[in-house]
Amino acid sequence: MKEINELNLPENLKYSKDHEWVGVEGDVATIGINDYAQDQLGEVVFVEVPEVGDTFDAEDEFGTVESVKAVSELYCPIAGEVVAINEDLEDAPELVNESPYEKGWIMKIKVADASELDNLMDKAAYFEMLKG
Amino acid sequence: MRYLPHTPQDIAEMLERTGHASMDDLFETIPEKFRINGEMDLPQPLTEWELNAHMEALSQEMCAFPKNKIFLGAGSYPHYIPSLIPYLAGRSEFATAYTPYQPEISQGTLQGIYEFQTMITELLGTEVSTASHYDCGTALTEALLIALRKKKKLNKVAVSSLVHPHHRQIINTYFAPAGFEMVEIPMAADGTTDLDAVAAMDDIAAVAVQSPNFLGCIENLGRVKEIADSKKALFITSFTEGLAWGLLKNPGSFGADIVAGEGQSFGISQSFGGPGLGILTARKKFVRDLPGRLVGRTKDTKGEEGFVLTLSTREQHIRREKASSNICSNNGLNALTAAMYLATVGKKGMRELAQINHDKAVFLRDQLLDAGFEPAFDRPFFNEFALKAPKGYGVKRQELKKKGILAGLSLECYYPDLKNHYLFCATEVFSRQDMENLAKEVKNG
Amino acid sequence: MADITGTGGLIFKEALLWEKSREGRCAFSIPTNDVPTAQLDPEFVGDAPELPQLGEFDVVRHYTRLSQWNFGLDSGMYPLGSCTMKYNPKTNEVQAARPGFTGAHPMIDDELSQGALALLYNLEQYLAEITGMAATTLQPAAGAHGELAGMLVIHAYHEKQGHQRSKIIIPDTAHGTNPASATLCGYESVNIQSGPDGILTPEAVAAVMDEETAGIMITNPNTLGLFEENLREIADIVHDKGGLVYGDGANMNAVMGIVKPGDLGIDVIHFNLHKTFSTPHGGGGPGAGPISVVKKLEPFLPVPRVEKTDDGYRLVHTTPDSFGRMLTFHGHFGVLIRAYAYIRSMGAAGLTDVSKFAVLNANYIKASLKDDLDLPYDRPCMHECVFTDKKQVNTGITTLDMAKRIMDYGFHPPTIYFPLVVHGAIMIEPTETESKETIDQFIDAFKAVVKEAKETPELLKKAPHRPKVSRLDEVTAARKPVLRG
Repeated sequence: MKEINELNLPENLKYSKDHEWVGVEGDVATIGINDYAQDQLGEVVFVEVPEVGDTFDAEDEFGTVESVKAVSELYCPIAGEVVAINEDLEDAPELVNESPYEKGWIMKIKVADASELDNLMDKAAYFEMLKG
Repeated sequence: MRYLPHTPQDIAEMLERTGHASMDDLFETIPEKFRINGEMDLPQPLTEWELNAHMEALSQEMCAFPKNKIFLGAGSYPHYIPSLIPYLAGRSEFATAYTPYQPEISQGTLQGIYEFQTMITELLGTEVSTASHYDCGTALTEALLIALRKKKKLNKVAVSSLVHPHHRQIINTYFAPAGFEMVEIPMAADGTTDLDAVAAMDDIAAVAVQSPNFLGCIENLGRVKEIADSKKALFITSFTEGLAWGLLKNPGSFGADIVAGEGQSFGISQSFGGPGLGILTARKKFVRDLPGRLVGRTKDTKGEEGFVLTLSTREQHIRREKASSNICSNNGLNALTAAMYLATVGKKGMRELAQINHDKAVFLRDQLLDAGFEPAFDRPFFNEFALKAPKGYGVKRQELKKKGILAGLSLECYYPDLKNHYLFCATEVFSRQDMENLAKEVKNG
Repeated sequence: MADITGTGGLIFKEALLWEKSREGRCAFSIPTNDVPTAQLDPEFVGDAPELPQLGEFDVVRHYTRLSQWNFGLDSGMYPLGSCTMKYNPKTNEVQAARPGFTGAHPMIDDELSQGALALLYNLEQYLAEITGMAATTLQPAAGAHGELAGMLVIHAYHEKQGHQRSKIIIPDTAHGTNPASATLCGYESVNIQSGPDGILTPEAVAAVMDEETAGIMITNPNTLGLFEENLREIADIVHDKGGLVYGDGANMNAVMGIVKPGDLGIDVIHFNLHKTFSTPHGGGGPGAGPISVVKKLEPFLPVPRVEKTDDGYRLVHTTPDSFGRMLTFHGHFGVLIRAYAYIRSMGAAGLTDVSKFAVLNANYIKASLKDDLDLPYDRPCMHECVFTDKKQVNTGITTLDMAKRIMDYGFHPPTIYFPLVVHGAIMIEPTETESKETIDQFIDAFKAVVKEAKETPELLKKAPHRPKVSRLDEVTAARKPVLRG
């Protein structure tokens, strides 16, 4: 497993306490799990994604990520309606490990309340949280 | 005692290493006041020879196939079991192994179960099978729970009243604390499920039908599929007599989503009802919803083919309170036994055996009609059927018991409308003469 | 190491069944058809299923070869913690195979099945006596099914009291089946941690026990192999708030004839007959998971119940407060026969000796290996002991590596990574039926593996070397499941 300072945590993203990342473009947010989460889980074998049209409140469970020996729930960092899911993950869940911020994104949502983004952490704050 | 190998010298040496003064000291962490004073009140131990005599005496107090003629199915069927089956299934490498959590030294069990999964899905026309469940009743219950998990907003399923009565009781047991509801679909005049009644049912997560049903009648599975689709409900079927699929169109060909079944007919002795073999198979899209173990094919670090337990994140030891079921031990050895049986009968034997079962049942039905029984339902059956008995048959049936013949199961306690109706079964183990004798006895009133 | 059995030797390759199939073969002696053929309406007739076509000898060789790839208890020591892999007596198999039992139909009239009913009735009594309880049901099909039965009894009891409860307390050392069983009954699990000694403290229970809590699920001895010394006090706390105490009896093998769970305040307990009472595990089942209960819970047990009358035994199919039926027929009768035969062979003194020797063997292993492996709780253990891989951390060797390597020495590995509360757990349960020589060989083998961890770690990372296959790719198996041929 990686040491904390080996983690790849892009500056332009927001982070939740449950180790999801959020990237915003206009009113659409792309959501995935970050480098720390994928590293802790180990080799991901399955990602359970929601359906387009599902709506979630912040903190709602929206799917799961499985490795061989563990399952983690995914929690929606901000409220919104699902506008796209990453269909590539069905055949290639390993994308979550190999490319957590690019090819391994999980879903895009239409942001319901942009002010909720302020509740998320930037890289520095998230890093502090990991260090405990 | 011959199972306990410790000699006094062993005990002395071992206690010396553990640092205990005596055997009793080993239990020092148990407060003195809770220890048993004296001995448990159990019978004196028997030698192996005394045990043999005792058990033989108990077993003699049983009416049993093949000594007795038991014309009865209803979820437990007398069939021939080839000698090689108990011989191979009893091999201690299979019988005394634990669950194959260490695949490197469990390839026998794992390949055997993989072959079971393959043959069962071939037989039923489905795509994935679990490594087994306890029995048909619990497997069917799990199938319904899958439907309720898939349709989270619903809490109701429609189940045919011609599903085995004991299976419906199990469903009620599992449903009650969870607040789920089973709506029973009534019986139509021809002895099948009255599917028209489902039209009036709303918000159902599944439509479940047993075929052949408890009365032996073959259900119209094509129609069940239509009805389930129209209700956006899962189409679930169950069966208690697996040999039927040697002859009948399988449930997968009708588009069943989940098929639960009893595999006792596949080389497993009746043994007063257990252990049997719960079969749980489904279309591929439900693979992650299935409770219990699955065996998958893979490769080892040297590129050799091998098998492992897979997708285990659904299971209780990982998901704990979020698991799809609490099942852990299953009926694995009986799944292996069933695989041995299916490999033994093969394609040709399965078809011939199924046809013989049907032939015998039709013969018995005709003999009984000739002896004064009346038809109950005008519907094709496999090897079980219900008939209306002639007057005074109840008394006759009691007399026959004394002759070691068990002639049918009274249906009245399960279906109050079916007064004087009896359920009969004939399989390959009954000879023409057995059946003619029964008819003669009935005729002689 | 010359006297250690080791694995290896004659390993045949063997194809999948259908790869051996040849059109026209059949291994079954098709019975003569002495009645006319009856044509079923073609509307209902399907194609013959594509099952493999083999001769009888093909089938025999196939399964004989497969069996040789399996490590069975009869092959060697199987010290799986929490699984109680004790010798499965052969006489039990003979008893279960008697034709009067194997050919018995479960729905025949009571007067035609007196032998089976007598056996069931007496086995219920024996298990009640062993636990100090009032009544037993033999219906549950496995340990987890027994847990569910226990939860259903508790649920039915609270329902009858007029106030259903919503939660149940489960310690962090519990088997995964505990929370899963509780969930099936709609109870939310409240997890509590064991104290620094590895056992529960009354304070931890008192802090969460309230009148919305249905009870507590406790494994005793617990999964660390320790006796829950505060159990009686904990039971009192739970009872005071109207709750019930569920005992997970997976570890009964340590205390038979020593204590009765009923005397410790447990209200309902399940057995794993395939653990404590010597019935074979069958490579995953079938097992049997009877439960015993105290008097006030007897009315809630599943139906049918076996009753003894002046005219013999009979089945009672309905009782007013029963939670219902949970298996199609009368439990796993074939398994129950074996457990009955075991109890009749052992007697009271024999069963007490079982527990004593099981505990002696575990303590002996604990004392023998504690210099080689880290022992997180150095307390007197019961029938199993839990080590970790902490002392090997600096070598890069893990519990998994050691477990895989021990296979090369001819032993089944212990249970690993359970209980979850111990990081890198190695849980060893030798059982009473292993002799001192065998246990000494196991200890020597483990010491050799520990030495190898330091000197030749690569050997362990690639272990096992001698079985038919090496480590398997579980990731691909899960990512791209191939579940049929």
